[in-house]
Amino acid sequence: MSTENAKSGSLFTPWNIVAGLILAAGIVVTIMRFTMGLGSVTNLTDNNPWGIWIGFDLLCGVALAAGGYTTSAACYIFGFKRFHGAVRPAILTAFLGYAMVVFALNYDVGRPWRLVYPIFYQQGTTSILFEVGLCVFIYLTVLFLEYLPAALEWKRGFDKYRGILVKMTMGLTILGVILSTLHQSSLGALYLIAPSKLHPLWYTAYLPVMFFMSSMFAGLSMVIFEGTISHKHFHHKMDAEYNGGYEDLQLAFAKAAAWIMAGYLAMKIFGLSMDNRWQYLGTGYGVWWLVEVFGFVAMPCYCYAVAYRDRNLKLARIAAPWTVLGIVLNRFNISLVAFNWQLPSVDRYFPSFGEIVISLFVVTIGVLIFRFIVTRMPIFYVHPAYKDSSH
Amino acid sequence: MKRRHFLGLLGAAGVTLGSGAVATAASSADIKGLPNAGGVLFDATRCIGCRKCESACNQVNSLPAPAKPFDDLTVLDTKRRTDAKTYTIVNKYVPQASKPPVFRKIQCNHCIDPACASACFVAAFKKMETGAVVYDESVCVGCRYCMVACPFNIPAYEYDKAFTPRVMKCTLCHPRILEGKLPGCVEACPKEALTYGKRRELLNLAWDRIGANPGLYVEHVYGEREMGGTSWLTIAPKPSLAALDMNEGLGTASAPELTSGALAAVPAVAGIWPVLLTGLYAITKRKDKIAETEKQQAVAAAIAKASADAQAKLSEELAKAEVANKRRIEVEVQKALEAAATAAAAEGEDS
Ligand code: SF4
Ligand code: SF4
Ligand code: SF4
Repeated sequence: MSTENAKSGSLFTPWNIVAGLILAAGIVVTIMRFTMGLGSVTNLTDNNPWGIWIGFDLLCGVALAAGGYTTSAACYIFGFKRFHGAVRPAILTAFLGYAMVVFALNYDVGRPWRLVYPIFYQQGTTSILFEVGLCVFIYLTVLFLEYLPAALEWKRGFDKYRGILVKMTMGLTILGVILSTLHQSSLGALYLIAPSKLHPLWYTAYLPVMFFMSSMFAGLSMVIFEGTISHKHFHHKMDAEYNGGYEDLQLAFAKAAAWIMAGYLAMKIFGLSMDNRWQYLGTGYGVWWLVEVFGFVAMPCYCYAVAYRDRNLKLARIAAPWTVLGIVLNRFNISLVAFNWQLPSVDRYFPSFGEIVISLFVVTIGVLIFRFIVTRMPIFYVHPAYKDSSH
Repeated sequence: MKRRHFLGLLGAAGVTLGSGAVATAASSADIKGLPNAGGVLFDATRCIGCRKCESACNQVNSLPAPAKPFDDLTVLDTKRRTDAKTYTIVNKYVPQASKPPVFRKIQCNHCIDPACASACFVAAFKKMETGAVVYDESVCVGCRYCMVACPFNIPAYEYDKAFTPRVMKCTLCHPRILEGKLPGCVEACPKEALTYGKRRELLNLAWDRIGANPGLYVEHVYGEREMGGTSWLTIAPKPSLAALDMNEGLGTASAPELTSGALAAVPAVAGIWPVLLTGLYAITKRKDKIAETEKQQAVAAAIAKASADAQAKLSEELAKAEVANKRRIEVEVQKALEAAATAAAAEGEDS
């Protein structure tokens, strides 16, 4: 089943062909975007200034890269040392995830060469987006530093720097949790400013808390999901330490996710009662809200709980992608489906082909870099020269 | 088409609930604002939909010529919004079939606490003394969060420009006001549907007109309190503001009030998290340490026990060895004695 070309020996595996097609289409759209403007490739309008490059690339990208801070916090702060083998893959995924988010933002904003303005030139401190930008910028640096030891071990000869970085692990982990708390919640807070545009079932003062909570179980689910996939494709790269803790970790994360999701559900219901929005449940949007909350939070949450109780790995591995889908659905609902809900349907947004191509393009690049790195650097195994290191 | 259908379905179901927009808990309607800030009052009962204001706006701002000329009034048959080439538009509404249509002019409302300014992460918008909310294209990144934030759907974007796209919106003719001139549209209006003045005085004027013509106006000055209040005010004839697409559900909380809670949480998170996490880490570490010490103690005890056992065994062995030795010595002595005895006996025999 492995699509590793190192094994099959051919470049023309199905995955490589698809990836190649996406890259080719992506390059064409990129050229159009940067020579003819946003209007030439997107369906964005004055009423719909944000499309899937924000709804998917930014909102989902950041939420799904939350595995970095959740795993490193579990290992280093909460002392689950036995999950140590999972930290590096999670940090790498998070680092690439954020790097891709920032990369994609260059497509979305009108003048990407000014992306550093809000940080270095003129600060709009009243803006939630300013907070998001600043945190993402610092956190990307933190993730890079956390990932760096793996690269240094690969190239060898940098033991001094590696040593310094390893000593900083604790500080970086704490900084990572703070920054993640801030920007994960701020992404939800972005919508607080537009109560008249977001449907009342999704608009609540708890948006920031809900985004933060959902980022936690999104991160945990991504670690489970991604671990399962990596196991299929990079098994030969994994050492005993990684493999030993792996099933244990999946079950422990399933349990944690079940608890947080239960809390999140309670918060959803609580928010509904506080704002007294029950009457909307009878409408079309209400049905859609119920699909999201019960079909994509309550049900996978239940699966996680059962999976933990019965030590049923298979079930946990089903619940993980299911939860991830639920997160994507939630972010899409808030940024696209329930946004501008009062506009007539002709004025509503649907992504263009070009927008979809770029979103796929960005994900593909991320996956390719991930594959490049894990097949070369000590990510799934401890480098033989650093066996005794606690990092 | 399927998607349209789906969204339409959701929309249709939602409409039955009326406007349904969220009125966030109204705090005090305390409208601060600049005391001498100017503004404009638009009176929809006076507007005849001649589009002279649109034309003047286009001219004074040197905007590109429209597809259809400004004296073509068929344009009014389609509902429009402001766009990258148009700072202001006039829309036609027919609230009551038996009565003549009503027109409403739409442009930036120049909010007192503008959502666009609060949203911009490079602070490209500023509320000026004149009342105008102006935009600085030299810093704009083009994130378009201002467009997401504006409750009146006013700012537009130059999506077709690759290198210098700008956010476009009415400036209240800020440069003209500074020169002592009236805003272009106000100057051009033949029916005095537009009045420029200090916002405070405009409010009085608006309420006077409503009071002096009982039954004509909706008793609401739109913009007096909406989203914290706006410098541009609108009064309109009965039956309703909603009939002219004015959202009455915006609430009185200004944009900064909506986000201040989330922003205030930043120092709290940044302050409390490190303490909490370091504490947690310390506890984990202490637990580890205790576990470690306990382990060490256990090991030490085990070693001690083992050595004690060994000691006991050794002395036992020694004791055993002693016994064995004794016996051996005894045997040796015995042998020696016996040997001596034999020797003595042999000597006796010899002698
Ligand atoms: S109407 Fe919109 S664009 Fe104009 S000042 Fe208010 S928020 Fe800004
Ligand atoms: S598009 Fe420009 S003006 Fe609008 S919020 Fe972004 S940076 Fe500010
Ligand atoms: S110029 Fe005056 S009367 Fe004519 S459309 Fe504009 S506001 Fe109405």
